[in-house]
Amino acid sequence: MDRAVSTTPAVVIKDLTRVFGDLTAVDHVSLDIGVGEIFGLIGPNGAGKSTLIRMLATLLPPTSGTASVAGFDIVKAPAAVRRHIGYVPQLLSADAALTGFENMLLSARLYGVPRAERRERITSALARMGLADSAHHLAGQYSGGMLRRLEIAQSLLHRPEVLILDEPTVGLDPTARDTVWERVLELRDRFQRTMIVTSHLMQEIEKFCDRIALIDRGRIVALGTAAELKAGLGPDATLDDVFIGLVTGRESEKEGSYRDVRRNRQALREHG
Amino acid sequence: MSDATGRPFANTAERSLTDRAGEYLLQSWAVAAAEVQKLIHDPLELVTRAVQPVLWLMLFGEVMARVHGIAPGNLPYIDYLAAGILAQSALFVAIFYGIAAIWERDLGVLQRYLSSPAPRSALVLGKAVSAGVRALSQAVIVYALAILLGVGLSFNPLDMLGVAAVIVIGSALFSTLSLIIACIVKTRERFMGIGQVMTMPIFFASNAIYPVSLMPDWLKAAAHVNPLTYQVDALRSLMLKAATSEYGMAVDFAVLIATTAVLTAIAARMYPRLGY
Repeated sequence: MDRAVSTTPAVVIKDLTRVFGDLTAVDHVSLDIGVGEIFGLIGPNGAGKSTLIRMLATLLPPTSGTASVAGFDIVKAPAAVRRHIGYVPQLLSADAALTGFENMLLSARLYGVPRAERRERITSALARMGLADSAHHLAGQYSGGMLRRLEIAQSLLHRPEVLILDEPTVGLDPTARDTVWERVLELRDRFQRTMIVTSHLMQEIEKFCDRIALIDRGRIVALGTAAELKAGLGPDATLDDVFIGLVTGRESEKEGSYRDVRRNRQALREHG
Repeated sequence: MSDATGRPFANTAERSLTDRAGEYLLQSWAVAAAEVQKLIHDPLELVTRAVQPVLWLMLFGEVMARVHGIAPGNLPYIDYLAAGILAQSALFVAIFYGIAAIWERDLGVLQRYLSSPAPRSALVLGKAVSAGVRALSQAVIVYALAILLGVGLSFNPLDMLGVAAVIVIGSALFSTLSLIIACIVKTRERFMGIGQVMTMPIFFASNAIYPVSLMPDWLKAAAHVNPLTYQVDALRSLMLKAATSEYGMAVDFAVLIATTAVLTAIAARMYPRLGY
């Protein structure tokens, strides 16, 4: 089996490019992410973060270039990639009309979790995410934080090697955000899972990510640990300063709400 | 079923054909079962959907029954109509599937499906089967109504099984067609317009409420390439004691199954694009 072993990176991105009409959303991005790394992607809305990770999740074919995720090529073996990754999209992916348990059951079946293990894995995953008591309530009645934890639990049932989280803490209060991050860190520490996380909150990216890439207009404009990115900006510099310093004016003016993001994605969808 | 690392189905090449076929069916069933669970949580939709067949049979049917010579032979018009209305309710259930797919895309649920390793055709098939299950609930209502109206129904278990099969296949066919249209138009607003424009021609250019022999030639040609015609033909001969199939059951089933297979193959290619 030509699978990634711990000495090879979990994700290798080579010249990955995606064009929508006359907009180059991701422009020749190359990047390696190591096994067990928590990798943060930051950048203004419309910078190409979501497009990049949707290509890694094989939901969008690249215009050119390729990447390998968990040892499989996203262009040549998308189905194999999907077996080895977990993906939590920015939008709500749990079904509000199903209970937490039923949502988990759907994922377990789609990922081919053997019947004999299904119930036990679902129960323990829900317990680990603090959802044991609400397993049989409709997901529509969950709070934002509970939904995110349910979605993360759904994407972990098949024990993926790489977990991709697109803005997992968007719209959550600080307590709910901390709970989500606690679970993410636990997964990395206990199971050596690789994580790719996007966020607009510089503090959490700085606090939790091993390395960070700043993306602007489809290109990586800075890459390294938080300390490396801040080096040379003075002792009191924050990641916010790095962001403001490197992101060119026009795009960051559009920086904003969830609604903006949705509108951007709608526009990209129309282009596609 | 899992490799040394505890990961299920680690590598496609390692798995036997039976394993893969079993997994395919499980994945299709996962999608259909989720839809059935949603119906169990909120069955109100099934009740509201029952209004339309009631109106067609009790208003349209009762009036038109006074016009003689529509239905062939000695078949009472209300009997003739019952099979057509059953097909119609299944069609209306199925046509709603495209808009549901767009809705799932807008929510994000679609990405849950598409990021899973399930083959796209298994996802499409699962949705199609769930349309069939929904439509079967309509069959129960139409049958109850038909009994009340004194329609000469056949209660032969084989016939009834045949009716169920035709409804499931027909619903799968039209829900998949609806999904393809959703993948082309991509927004709910555009779909609503097209859904309306599409449903009525499919319904009227068929033998649902009048025989093809009464149609002008150009409409006859349309009816003969309309899968609903074959669905109604099969339903009518299975459902009623006194009716026989005009095209033959083999032709009816062949047209329905072949069309569904072709549409499923097309939809499987287009479904991921809905998420781009």
